Parts: sequence; C-alpha cells; structure tokens
Amino acid sequence: MADPMKIRANLVGDATEVKVLMSHEMETGQRKDADGKVIPAWFIQNVKVAHNDKVVLAAQWGPAVAKNPFLSFRFKGGAKGDKVKITWTDNHNDTRTDEATIA
Amino acid sequence: MDTHRRQALKAGSAFSLLTLVAAAGWLDPREAAAAESWNKGAFETHSLDETMKALGGSTPVPSNDIVFVATPDIAENGAVVPIGITSKVPQTDSIAILIEKNPNMLAAVFDIPPGTDPSLSTRIKMGQTSSVYALVKANGRYYVTSKEIKVTLGGCGG
Repeated sequence: MADPMKIRANLVGDATEVKVLMSHEMETGQRKDADGKVIPAWFIQNVKVAHNDKVVLAAQWGPAVAKNPFLSFRFKGGAKGDKVKITWTDNHNDTRTDEATIA
Repeated sequence: MDTHRRQALKAGSAFSLLTLVAAAGWLDPREAAAAESWNKGAFETHSLDETMKALGGSTPVPSNDIVFVATPDIAENGAVVPIGITSKVPQTDSIAILIEKNPNMLAAVFDIPPGTDPSLSTRIKMGQTSSVYALVKANGRYYVTSKEIKVTLGGCGG
C-alpha cells in the first residue's frame, strides 16, 4: 500500500481550493536500469475527487505526469467541515483513497 | 483506417481480459471499471491529429481563451515541469495536456464537471524542449493553445 496523500482543502471566497500531493513513482516505462533492462511502467491512471459523493474532478493520467504528482484546482459548493475524498488507481490496479476536511 | 481497426481490436481484447479477471474474482469489479475508463489508445499517440482521433474529436480550433498560468518558459528540470491551465471557454468539459516531443504525446486529461473551475495546475515530465498544448473540450468542440517550454535537463532519460 502506497503512502498517504497530502490533501489540503481550503475555502477561498465561494470556492474550495484543493491541493493534493500524491506519493507515487510514476515510472514511465522508458527508463533503463544499470543492466540495460527496461524498468516497467508504473503510474497512476485514474484520479477521482469527490465532495459529498459528487465527483468534482476526474482525471486520466499517462506516465508523463511527474513523480509524486501534484494537483490543484477549485470547485464551488463546498462548506467548512465537508469532506473531500480523493482516490487514485494505478496501472497495477493498486488504489488508494484519502480524505480531508474543508477548512 | 487500418490502425483504427487495430486499436479497436486491442481495446476489445483488453476489455475481455479484464472481464475474465473480474469474473475470476481477482478484482473488485469497481476497480476493473476504473481501469477500463483509461483511454489506452489516446495515451499511445505521437501527434496532435492522432490524439484527436483517439479522443474522438475533430481538429481543434486555436483559441485565445485558454491561458497557461504559472508555467515557465524555461524548465531547468524536465522531470518536474509545473503546468497551470485556465480555460475561459464557456462550458468547458475537459482539459488535456499534450507534450509534442514526449514519447507519447498525451500527458493527462481532466474532466471538469459543472461547478468546478476550468482551471488547474499540476506537474509533468518533459523529455526535451517542446511545444506543450492545452486542449479544451467545450460543448462538443475542441479548442487548443500552445506554448513552447525549453528544457535544459530532460526528464525521460535514465
């Protein structure tokens, strides 16, 4: 199981600003190790952000997203104390969900 | 035409494999569904035209309503290039990031439901100096803008 995400969700005016830092290798499948063997691709493919079970952002990623991916965006309709839930799934079908409270 | 058929076959076989795996009980069906929602074909393209075809769209229209924010002109480290995109196109449904000279052009696609600002920032990898496209789908049509980012140290090599 991967390390937890660092999530911040803050109310800015009438919008909720979400900032998330995920912990993932995001291996491209292009690199080779010391023996010249290709390091297999290993990266997050799907990211879903939900606020009160309503999806506020869904993403598909390729291996070109940087290691330990960072993502920031805003959505409307959030209130202090609400939960923001973020789930990612990688190409090994490993998945992780973390939650943060809007402050 | 032929490549289309290949892709369809590939997508088909990947699907049936997943179904089999799910049926065998190895996978939570929900996870399998998540894997299927990844557009494999679109992430294996090498030109804007190919990517557009894989995404099922027409040739995008250049637009000044899409802007790069907090995006550098020169990236010292290609492994971590901050990209910020804001779309002022009404009814923006999705935003995609494409890097022309990366091994595969498409880096990420974000679906923007109503109520979410069509503005986001993330970090990507760039193998070399290249044009970066911000592709926006709004109301069934595609719009694009591009920016060249110079990379002094590549992010895809070993």
